[in-house]
Parts: sequence; structure tokens; C-alpha cells
Amino acid sequence: MMLWWVVDLTLCALMIALAAGSLFAATLRRRVIFFIAFGLLTAIVWARLQAPDLALAEAAIGAGLTGALLLAALPTAQPTEHKRDADRLIEWVSLLLAALLAVVLIAVLTTLLPVVDGDPSLAVTARLSDAGVSHPVTAVLLNFRAWDTLLELAVLLCATIGVLNLAPARKAPRHAGALADTLIRILLPLLILTAGYLLWNGAFAPGGAFQAGAVLAAATVVLHLGGGVRLPPFSLAQLRGLLALGLLLFLSVGLVQLAFGQALLQYPLAWAGSLILLIETGATLSIATMLSLVYLGGHPLRDWPVAGDSRDREI
Amino acid sequence: MFSPGELITALLLLSAIVVFAAGTLALLRLPDPLCRLHALTKIDNLGFGLLAAGLALIQPTWIDGLKLLAIWTLILCSSTTNGYLIAHHCVWESRR
Repeated sequence: MMLWWVVDLTLCALMIALAAGSLFAATLRRRVIFFIAFGLLTAIVWARLQAPDLALAEAAIGAGLTGALLLAALPTAQPTEHKRDADRLIEWVSLLLAALLAVVLIAVLTTLLPVVDGDPSLAVTARLSDAGVSHPVTAVLLNFRAWDTLLELAVLLCATIGVLNLAPARKAPRHAGALADTLIRILLPLLILTAGYLLWNGAFAPGGAFQAGAVLAAATVVLHLGGGVRLPPFSLAQLRGLLALGLLLFLSVGLVQLAFGQALLQYPLAWAGSLILLIETGATLSIATMLSLVYLGGHPLRDWPVAGDSRDREI
Repeated sequence: MFSPGELITALLLLSAIVVFAAGTLALLRLPDPLCRLHALTKIDNLGFGLLAAGLALIQPTWIDGLKLLAIWTLILCSSTTNGYLIAHHCVWESRR
């Protein structure tokens, strides 16, 4: 037990040190690298807090994809040399808000929150047999609180539509070399396999659509960075279909229940497992497409947005 | 008393710690990026290899040990390529 105290205290100290590094390091590049390390450590902390779902999501999205995104954004974003009065005002306001938030959080943590250890919560455990899946996190995300997940997908879709209209997608770097191509040929099938495994596993163990989608998007990032191996060509219609698939499947499954006199998104008990897998499969593909586009920072088709069926691509 | 397997594990893990410590020291102290890269890839290849081999010996089932060794193989491939890419970039940048 003593040993775990040492591990936990080290983790806490490292978190604070890395957070300070990502705020105060000398150059922007160093700050980004500190931030990526911070994300990786956060994943370890979630794992230590016995929340493997969050650990997986944090490692894939927080450290991996966000890291790639920030590194790719670096050359265009230079820090301003002198601080203007407006900057100082923003600093003071954020400091004040952060202090306020800290006070409120401490008040909530010390007074309101009942401490529950062991199983997630009795309410979920008691109704788990109605969920169609045996993993409590997936049961909450895709069944008991499916409405929240549906709206999350819609928010992601809106963000992606915004990104699509910003600019053409970022060009792939072309100097990666033969060794990188070989690695990509090894990694790509493994990444796709891992995504499929995470998707299937979501029913009874940590995993699910968001993690699987993030891993698939990582495969796109690897492809883009390598520059040698390319995605097969796709049309605008296919891109739109991929983007909307998750939300449309989710909505139609939910609406069909209304026609049968059930509540929105209330799955029939016998079908719940298969329906959740169907929704998650669609969501995985859509999330992967959305995250890839967010990384690319724009629309990937050359003749955007006129093209109907032209098979042209730049990534 | 410890079984022979556990003793070998302890020996492997201790050697891994030595490699990690020496590698970290080299990463901090060596003069230029290429030398530091050398230290970094040694930690990945040798240090993690010793760690994985040591931990593989004390897994409850043999398949878990095999998974650890598979992870090590993947790390070998990716650290080799990463090392090459970073070195490539360093050379490219110094020529500009």
C-alpha cells in the first residue's frame, strides 16, 4: 500500500510539473510537447483511478490526435512578443475565473459529493440486464443516456462542417522516406484491427465508438504524415455519407421506436445488443471521418464544393 | 524463498532500470540531437525489451507474456522508424 502512495504522489507531482511546463515553457513548440506529455500522463491517471474507458479516450484523443493537431498548427501560430493591455486583462479575468472555479470545486468536493467506491452506481448495476450490453459505461452511453450521446455526435458534426468550410486540407509532407512507408504498411492493418476490436469489445469491456473512431482517425493521420501510401479516392457524396452515417443511424433507430409506441431511443429488450452495435459501428465510421477532417483542417476534395461524383482528392 | 523464474525476473527488471537510468542521463547530457537520439532508441529497444522479458516470465498465463513480447516487437519497429525520421529531419534542417 505504501508503494501505491509513492506512485500516486509521483503522478500528482508530475501532473503539476507538466501543466506548468505546458503553460510557461520558453517556446511554443516546447509547450505543445509538454502538453502532449501531460495528456499521456492524464491517461495513466485515469487508468490508476480505475476508469479505463476514459484512459483509452484520453490516450487516443487527448494525447494522440490533439497532439498531432497542435504540432501541425505550430508553424502558423507564433506567440506575440509584447503583451498588450487587452492580453493582460484577459490574463487577470481568466485567473479570477480559475480561482472562482477552484473554490466552487473544492466546496462541491468537500460537501456535496457522496463517496461511492466499488461498482459505478447501484442504479446502473440494477438495470444492467435491461441494457443489452454488459459493460456499464456502454450501457449508460448508448442506452440509458443515449440522448446525450446522440447530441454529442450532432455537436461533433457541426464542428466538422465548420472545419470543412475553413480552407483546403493541409498538404501531406513528402519527405518521410522508405522506412516510414514500411512502418505504415505494418501499422495500418494493426490500427484498423485495433479499432474493430475496441468497437466489438465495447459491449462487455472498456472500448466503444469514440475510442475506435479515434484509433481509425489516427490511421488517417499516419497515412497523411507518411505521404507514400494513400487513401483510396472518394467522392463528395461518399464523404457526406460517411459524416452523416452515425447520426442518421442513431436517429432512425430512435425514431423507429416511436412508430412502435415506445419512447424515443427506447430499444426493445431482445434487440438492444444488436441495435447498440449497429449504432456504434455507424458512429465509429463517422467519428473517424470527423476527427480526420478536423486534423486535416479543411476540405480534402480539390473541387470543393461543386463536385457531385468527381473522384478527385488531395490528401 | 523465490523461484528461479522470479530471480531471473528480478535480474531482468534491475538491468532494465539501469538501462533506463543511463539512457535518461544520456538524453539529458549528450551534446547534439543525433547522440541523444541514440540514447533514446537504446532505452526503447533494450530497456523496454528487458522490462517486457522480465514481466513476461511472471505472467499468470503464457499468452499474456506473448502479448508483452508482441508489444515489444511493435515498439522495435516504431522506435526504429521514429529515430530515422527525427535524424532525417535534423540533417534536413541543418542543411538549410
